[in-house]
Amino acid sequence: MKLYDFVLSANCYKVRLLLGFLGVSYDSEVIDFHPGKEHKGEAFRLINPLGHIPVLDDDGYVLRDAHAILVYLASRYDPGRSWYPVTDPERLGSVAQWMAFADATASTASATRLHVNLGYDFDVDERRAAAHELFRVADEHLWFGERTGNDWFVPGPLPTLADVAVFPDVVLAEEGGIDLMDYPSLVRWTGRVKQIPGFSVMPGVFPFERA
Amino acid sequence: MPIATRETTDPVLDGWHPIAASGELSMGEQRRTRLLGEALDIEIDLLGNASVARATAPAEPLPTHDRYGYLWTCLGEPSIPLFEIPEVDEPGRRVLHAGTIGVHVSAPRAVENFLDMAHFPYVHTDILGVEPFTEVAEYDVHIDSINELWATDCVFWQPIAATTSTEGQMTDYEYRVPHPYCVILYKTSPIDDRKDVIALFCQPVDEERIEAHMFLCLLDASNSTAMIRDFQLTIFGQDKPILENQYPKRLPLDPRAETPIRADKVAISYRRWLSDQGVTYAVIPA
Ligand SMILES: [Fe+2]
Repeated sequence: MKLYDFVLSANCYKVRLLLGFLGVSYDSEVIDFHPGKEHKGEAFRLINPLGHIPVLDDDGYVLRDAHAILVYLASRYDPGRSWYPVTDPERLGSVAQWMAFADATASTASATRLHVNLGYDFDVDERRAAAHELFRVADEHLWFGERTGNDWFVPGPLPTLADVAVFPDVVLAEEGGIDLMDYPSLVRWTGRVKQIPGFSVMPGVFPFERA
Repeated sequence: MPIATRETTDPVLDGWHPIAASGELSMGEQRRTRLLGEALDIEIDLLGNASVARATAPAEPLPTHDRYGYLWTCLGEPSIPLFEIPEVDEPGRRVLHAGTIGVHVSAPRAVENFLDMAHFPYVHTDILGVEPFTEVAEYDVHIDSINELWATDCVFWQPIAATTSTEGQMTDYEYRVPHPYCVILYKTSPIDDRKDVIALFCQPVDEERIEAHMFLCLLDASNSTAMIRDFQLTIFGQDKPILENQYPKRLPLDPRAETPIRADKVAISYRRWLSDQGVTYAVIPA
């Protein structure tokens, strides 16, 4: 299995995280996203005409888009069906809802990080404000979950793709100048994700440390 | 406050500073950047020549230099020559820009972190260091005849010293600080008698922010540019949160102001060296 990958990409990190949780081994095909912009080049457009990473190549089956890759990997390599709970319509609906939420954090929290780190041209104040609004909603959701003994975005005993999808943009948000101090439930949840067996870090993300 | 509006003899004002990786500028491009608290406009004409001007009305042209793969400019009197890196002309070396990363830290804090070996096992675990090999052995510090600061005879055990590594090695390090905000590292190559050259050129955006430009001059003919950049970006990405969590963001030069655990010999020398030159920008003067 091959992942077209860039070490500092939050979207690639999502896929690496799930591969770790599932215990699936893979090879990284490193794309020179920065500064080379290889993902916008002619050769890479043959792999993904949209010019985005990540892209997964599983024995010739080629799939683009981080969330699509998460769905595929969980459906193929999680025999317990817990990460993508297809047998439970309501939980499955909620997973899809929070994955859509993660699309919104990508265009806000992740965009501010790209602005600060790599100089991408965004209206950073506007994106930051929008990210805070999203984080406030997520924090409140998790706070109510904690009150009823739920650790994860989608209530249930085990984490789902919702947690995988949301985690990178939250844990890396401070790199984009978004302080997590006002979101204690969200911060506690990142600690729980870090304790899932198979968890992996990336530059900017630290392993779990008991306080 | 922009440095140029200050009453100052700070050598930072008259020094050259990097403002872009030349290879990332394309013909006809116009780009705005910031240096020492001021907005600058970079323009590349259709012949590929770069011009830089203060983004004022009317625009005030500034001197430029294109060296080591970066565009450099000076906001004061360009009386201090840009330092030399003779290795770039040696045969068999690969000169490469590894990337530019914005960091919410002062330039001297970033330089000081670059000079620090003690953090390798904890921050760059299994790459530039690993427990229990945490001890920084005794090394030498001196200032040479052209007032560049050196730390020599540094050694450290490294699991993966470079992209060319196939096994762990005892790496020899020499650090050179030829400019208040630029630092160069010479380290044992796993495959050559000469040393790999790795440099951090900080563009001081203001007193608490930099654009970190990563320069490489390596003995590595085999790995792809993507792989070499991946290695450096991984290391720097690990340093970034450490840098951004240092307070105060400006570097205190008073030896009594801060007793950082990591302020070892070279850090103390670097702070004194900045102080002796009269650097006031992005530091808290003694
Ligand atoms: Fe470091």
